[in-house]
Amino acid sequence: MNTINMRDEPLVYELSRAGRTGCSLPRSDVPEYAVPGELVREELDLPELDELTLVRHFTRLSQKNFSIDTEFYPLGSCTMKYNPKVNEVAASNPGWKNLHPLVGDENAQGALELMWRLQEGLREVGGFAAASLQPAAGAHGELSGVLMISAALRARGDEGRKKMLIPDSAHGTNPASCTMAGFVTQTIPSGPDGNIDMTALKAALDETVAGIMITNPNTLGLFETNIEEICRLVHEAGGYVYGDGANMNALAGVFKPGSSGIDVMHFNLHKTFSTPHGGGGPGAGMIAANTSLAPYLPGPIVVKDGDAYRLAMPPKSIGRVKAFYGNFGVLVRAYMYLLMMGADGLRGVAENAVLNANYLKSLVEDVYPVPYKRRCMHEFVAKGTVAEGVHTLDIAKRLIDYGFHPPTIYFPLIVQEALMIEPTETESKETLDLYADALRRIAAEAATQPELLHEAPHDAPVARLDEVMAARYPILCYRG
Amino acid sequence: MSFIPNTGAERAEMLKAIGVSSVEELFSDIPAHLRIKGLDLPEGISEIEALDAVDSLAERNVQTKKMDWFLGAGAYYGYIPAVVPALAGRGEFLTAYTPYQPEVSQGTLQAIFEYQSMAAKLLGMSVVNASHYDGATALAEAVLMAWKARDNRPRILLPADLHPEYKQVIETYCTSFGIEFVQYEGAPEAASFDEKTAAIVIAYPGFSGEVYPIRKAADRAHEAGALCIVQADPVMCALMKSPGEQGADIVSAEGQSLGNPLNFGGPYLGIMGTTEALVRRMPGRIVGETKDKNGKRGFVLTLSTREQHIRREKAVSNICSNQGLSMLQTCIYLATLGKQGLKEVARQSYDKAHYAAELIDRIEGYRVRNSQFFREFLVETPKPASQIVKTLSRMGIMPGLALSRYYPERTNELLVCVTEMNTRAQIERLAAALKEASK
Repeated sequence: MNTINMRDEPLVYELSRAGRTGCSLPRSDVPEYAVPGELVREELDLPELDELTLVRHFTRLSQKNFSIDTEFYPLGSCTMKYNPKVNEVAASNPGWKNLHPLVGDENAQGALELMWRLQEGLREVGGFAAASLQPAAGAHGELSGVLMISAALRARGDEGRKKMLIPDSAHGTNPASCTMAGFVTQTIPSGPDGNIDMTALKAALDETVAGIMITNPNTLGLFETNIEEICRLVHEAGGYVYGDGANMNALAGVFKPGSSGIDVMHFNLHKTFSTPHGGGGPGAGMIAANTSLAPYLPGPIVVKDGDAYRLAMPPKSIGRVKAFYGNFGVLVRAYMYLLMMGADGLRGVAENAVLNANYLKSLVEDVYPVPYKRRCMHEFVAKGTVAEGVHTLDIAKRLIDYGFHPPTIYFPLIVQEALMIEPTETESKETLDLYADALRRIAAEAATQPELLHEAPHDAPVARLDEVMAARYPILCYRG
Repeated sequence: MSFIPNTGAERAEMLKAIGVSSVEELFSDIPAHLRIKGLDLPEGISEIEALDAVDSLAERNVQTKKMDWFLGAGAYYGYIPAVVPALAGRGEFLTAYTPYQPEVSQGTLQAIFEYQSMAAKLLGMSVVNASHYDGATALAEAVLMAWKARDNRPRILLPADLHPEYKQVIETYCTSFGIEFVQYEGAPEAASFDEKTAAIVIAYPGFSGEVYPIRKAADRAHEAGALCIVQADPVMCALMKSPGEQGADIVSAEGQSLGNPLNFGGPYLGIMGTTEALVRRMPGRIVGETKDKNGKRGFVLTLSTREQHIRREKAVSNICSNQGLSMLQTCIYLATLGKQGLKEVARQSYDKAHYAAELIDRIEGYRVRNSQFFREFLVETPKPASQIVKTLSRMGIMPGLALSRYYPERTNELLVCVTEMNTRAQIERLAAALKEASK
């Protein structure tokens, strides 16, 4: 690892020197007005830095990160694919950056047209009747979707249905989203093939069922082969089917979730549609629905009248889930990607994402046990049980020494010592070969020099950190 | 343009290694009748063509920079120093994930810790999380947090003078719970607190721009066993007492005006802060300082037992992806402006807004309604405000928000915002144009 900055970097407060500044404003050209005495702020403890110190500080901080731009980053279910630079150029156009959200539809026709085209494009990719770009992240889309289900149940006088079924192979945010919408969750186990256990599902389908939240492909990286049957059973029982579309990178152009019976689904534009993760966000969790739930979509959404575009609330909308119209800047990037990919490109994405995952799996599965012996989709889950006394965490940390970001670990919860690996389509065969080679070497080290793994990482800006102390005696703010 | 490196030869080699003869075979778990031939979308285009298409859409929007701009109402046109996007846009920040592996995420983690520190000091709170989707969702989550913290009390007091979109977001977030919202007018200390009140929400300032001091209402809330939530303008806090100094228990704020562009409403930054007593009930990511095994300082995500990936259905919120990059922009913005710079931005906004209000109030037919405000104020207009907006727009002036957008019956009210971007000449042009428009 030669790109990472190992030097200690002080905090901005420690770099601060009284009297310095990193900005200049024009001299004020109006009279000064007094602030009411009881409201005057006496003390403002912000740092004081000159611009160059600031530039070096944040540049050095950036160099302490692994990122897609610097390292292979195969986090399962996160779709860490390349984020095209041209998307950043497109999104930085002053026509977007300096566009105020309350200018009125007639003054924002370009923005509304872009939103409409993206809505329509993604609706086609998912096979749904309508879409809303409002949700700001995947979990925000989930919350919107389960609120839509709640509203639809209320509208038909079925508010007593409070049970939401969640397979044990679903995404981690699903249960919390249900709680925020007032549902009670019931876990549905997976069967021996890694798919939803149909017997358990049937047993859970009673008159209290509001619906099911399905991640497909699930977090084992496996396609739910019974998807149509599941949707049919849930519908017959009076429930709705929510689709978690976080894993659409495996399916775009191959399979339309809407055609299999899913009623409402979110897309993660920051996964499938290449917008950057930004160290945690912003994402965009666009939500799409079939005709039964479309009237409940969060709004406003964009509608087209002749050649003009305008914002409108869907007729029975659950309302606003955020101020204004979604993470618009993210939508610009996703639209760029959609244009560049087109129908053929998206299909190529899914094909190569699935090819890369299966190839990488084939290179390591003799050493790292893969619990479900099936073709995987865009990701696979293996176990870090390569030697006595060595854990998945040790393997993950040792990968850092080899210059690779670890995969998602200890998730899904149904696989002990899980390593969840998603290479994405933008990685080359050489990178996959090198990663497999590193994993195999680490497995060998685990047998002969386990301390190398226990002590890892050796070559990172910090060694393993004391997380227990951080939680027990929280220091959450600079105390200088 | 596909960004896919695999060549035909490599694909063949990889398929062979897997032991299948075609890519189609890899999809055999998908029932054949559900597999589609293709999408009804155009074929992909080149980078040049795509950029042309998107740029030409961007050209068709009205831009702040090309007009004299006095429209705020929850989204503010402020200066963003060039270093802010230059540093925040570095690939190592931009293309990193949530910092779950702290050893290779110290850059993001330290930046979050610095943001938490600066934002907490600005708002006068013990701790700030990183982050919420925007100011509206931060406030909605603050309401839910307070309601759960006082779980035997169903009532939340909401100001009538609150951004209408924020009110709508609160309603959506609280749909499934039996929360009773009681609206109050005017000064927050005059609201009626009782044993059923879980919390009061104070808008600092209100949607109209009116500023009420918080202290008395916070004291009254606490006497009644309720919590005090403040929705704050963070720039105002550089000039006027912070919510924390006046007794707030939870603060939410829109961080857009701290270094994030307007972007047609997003991505913005939801800020939430609280006291030490309530930190374990607060949603969102929090970074803490700790040491590595060699005693070296480092930073980690902490108090994760509040969060969805650990607590699942018992988590305090479902939030996962947040507004990390907007948070970073604000972090760099706060460090760049620093103590003097942010005070100066707030001071100039205050002075220019008061100068504008003074001029407008003198024009016949116009009256400024506020008694105390920061950078935004409400004007009664002699003609429908929407008509005035239209007339002035044609002259290159965006005079503010016609309140009829949200309240159809309030036809003759204009919400005017003045920031550090406005010059005296612009303000005087606005006043002259308003005078002209009243004839």
